[in-house]
Amino acid sequence: KKTRQSFTDKINDLMARYRQVDEEFFEELEEALIMSDVGVSTVMDLIDELKFEVKRRNIKETNEVKDVISEKLVEIYYHDDDETVEHINIQENELTVILVVGVNGVGKTTSIGKLAAQLKKEGKHVVLAAGDTFRAGAIEQLEEWGKRAEVEVIKQSAGSDPAAVIFDGIKAAKSRNADILICDTAGRLQNKVNLMNELAKIHRIIEREVPNAPHEVLLVLDATTGQNALSQAKTFSDATKVSGIVLTKLDGTAKGGIVLAIRNELNIPVKLVGFGEGINDLKKFDAHAFVYGLFADMLEEDEDHQ
Amino acid sequence: MAFEGLSNRLQETIKKITGKGKVSEQDVKTMAREVRLALLEADVNFKVVRSFINDIKERAIGQEVMESLTPGQQVIKIVQEELTNLMGGEQSKIAVSDRPPTVIMMSGLQGAGKTTTTGKLANLLRKQYNKSPLLVACDIYRPAAIKQLQTLGKQLDMPVFEMGTDVSPVEISKKAIEYAKQEHHDYVLIDTAGRLHVDDTLMQELEDVKAEVKPDEIFLVVDAMTGQDAVNVAESFNEHLDITGVVLTKLDGDTRGGAALSIKAVTDTPIKFIGMGEKLDELEEFHPERMASRILGMGDVLTLIEKA
Ligand SMILES: Nc1nc2c(ncn2[C@@H]2O[C@H](COP(=O)(O)OP(=O)(O)OP(=O)(O)O)[C@@H](O)[C@H]2O)c(=O)[nH]1
Ligand SMILES: Nc1nc2c(ncn2[C@@H]2O[C@H](COP(=O)(O)OP(=O)(O)OP(=O)(O)O)[C@@H](O)[C@H]2O)c(=O)[nH]1
Ligand SMILES: [Mg+2]
Ligand SMILES: [Mg+2]
Repeated sequence: KKTRQSFTDKINDLMARYRQVDEEFFEELEEALIMSDVGVSTVMDLIDELKFEVKRRNIKETNEVKDVISEKLVEIYYHDDDETVEHINIQENELTVILVVGVNGVGKTTSIGKLAAQLKKEGKHVVLAAGDTFRAGAIEQLEEWGKRAEVEVIKQSAGSDPAAVIFDGIKAAKSRNADILICDTAGRLQNKVNLMNELAKIHRIIEREVPNAPHEVLLVLDATTGQNALSQAKTFSDATKVSGIVLTKLDGTAKGGIVLAIRNELNIPVKLVGFGEGINDLKKFDAHAFVYGLFADMLEEDEDHQ
Repeated sequence: MAFEGLSNRLQETIKKITGKGKVSEQDVKTMAREVRLALLEADVNFKVVRSFINDIKERAIGQEVMESLTPGQQVIKIVQEELTNLMGGEQSKIAVSDRPPTVIMMSGLQGAGKTTTTGKLANLLRKQYNKSPLLVACDIYRPAAIKQLQTLGKQLDMPVFEMGTDVSPVEISKKAIEYAKQEHHDYVLIDTAGRLHVDDTLMQELEDVKAEVKPDEIFLVVDAMTGQDAVNVAESFNEHLDITGVVLTKLDGDTRGGAALSIKAVTDTPIKFIGMGEKLDELEEFHPERMASRILGMGDVLTLIEKA
């Protein structure tokens, strides 16, 4: 478990740069994590556990406290998994179906465009299905991304049944011997029962038409989102068995810390991150960089102190 | 659910704090902790929460407890009132220029709901005020952004002014106003591209459009699900543009919407409308007291207080 080890090193490194571990330190830690939108209860639990550990082990040494913090954060992020959970599940020699879901405006269509371009570059034959038949201009938007990524887009007219479009997409992908089919869906808020049922139906059709599919169900989360992302992850998982998260808009000032709580409570890993509106602005998730980001402000402030 | 809200949190605490008379410092301290957690879980910004709690403490300690209430309930009542006050102010009035057309410019982060809200506002202006708005497509960046606005225009049977994607938004908005005058439109609604508050080039573009067309209203459109970052976003947009109002979208979801409080706290501009769905008639007036209860998740507590 190499990744896990280097992750620990990194946190240790980070903590070593901080001054003393006292009540004030814990307060600042709490603040930094809350400001990054890490779930409130996750933060409280973490801080309580840390304080408890410090007491239990009768730790006086600053460095040892730091070790405990590293352990806990690693535990929260990786559990017993290693970094392979962050890989996109692509099948060799058979059709891979990727379903993309999420609430309104988070970046589903854009992320699909970027992902298609990447996979295409890797030599894959990619097809897109325009499953958002509801939002004004959604089909045209995906078509434009199809052009940019140089991949084919399967569509019907606006207002038609999204499940039928996905069904068409599967048929087309099979008949063209495509490697990967990526299905766009309309944004929907997770408390809309009808719309979540519609999504479950799309999921069932994919399951029925392609063995072992969908191979990935990617939930797109906007890093700007706060605590509600946890509820999104729960409800979308119930409807479609989400296998990974695409965390978008990390090019802003939001940290997207809620994914830590999602990982902790629902065990769904982040697989990709979006950091811009350009076709190349998508990369693999890097837990090190991410956790570093959560503390970055705290560290910078401290450096100012010294 | 993670969001139990204040009512659950406070049931126990309220029960414990009994004994009438004045609200003691200890009562307030006990309640403040729960209120703080509830606000943080509702995504109210950390710093906003801190100053809010301090204000509450000051106001609550030593207060006479109303005959019908326990000190616990009294504190909650104060919290509710203060929250409502903070988010209150003049509402949902839209500027009217004495020299038509009245110009409204939309701004906000990517995907916040600007284009949809542009359509909704146009619909509302026609329905409630009998106005004839012109929609203007100034998003020259996002794929199919113009097409999206045109589709909304078609649904509304309203004209959309566009000049494709090769002309600058400044030029487009300038021409749009000339066109609106010519065609006797009394409102011009300018849809702009989503942008990050830290993107200097694109923020400058909005300033340029503002300088050119001198809008009567500049709305910041914000997703109600926004977390701690809402203050940074609102602060920057306000610094660059001096916004005149806020539209909070996607409140038809199950988010607590604490961003509303954060934004109000840092911009001190009214929240004018809320988006309650994807359809073009789903734009509503903002009600501060409802928002306060929603943020606190305390509907039950309030009824409990009202009944007492
Ligand atoms: N800055 C930034 N903007 C992004 C990123 N990803 C997407 N966007 C922008 O966010 C906005 C919404 O993106 P879409 O791809 O349309 O989102 P969606 O989830 O498909 O939206 P709906 O289909 O309406 O639910 C667009 O303006 C995108 O350009 C990102 O990583 N960074
Ligand atoms: N449920 C719900 N969805 C909304 C609301 N307002 C907007 N949306 C949806 O949010 C998504 C983004 O809306 P847009 O109007 O395209 O947002 P935008 O700010 O113009 O996005 P960009 O131009 O890409 O920056 C779309 O799927 C809309 O249908 C609302 O009040 N409720
Ligand atoms: Mg989309
Ligand atoms: Mg738009």
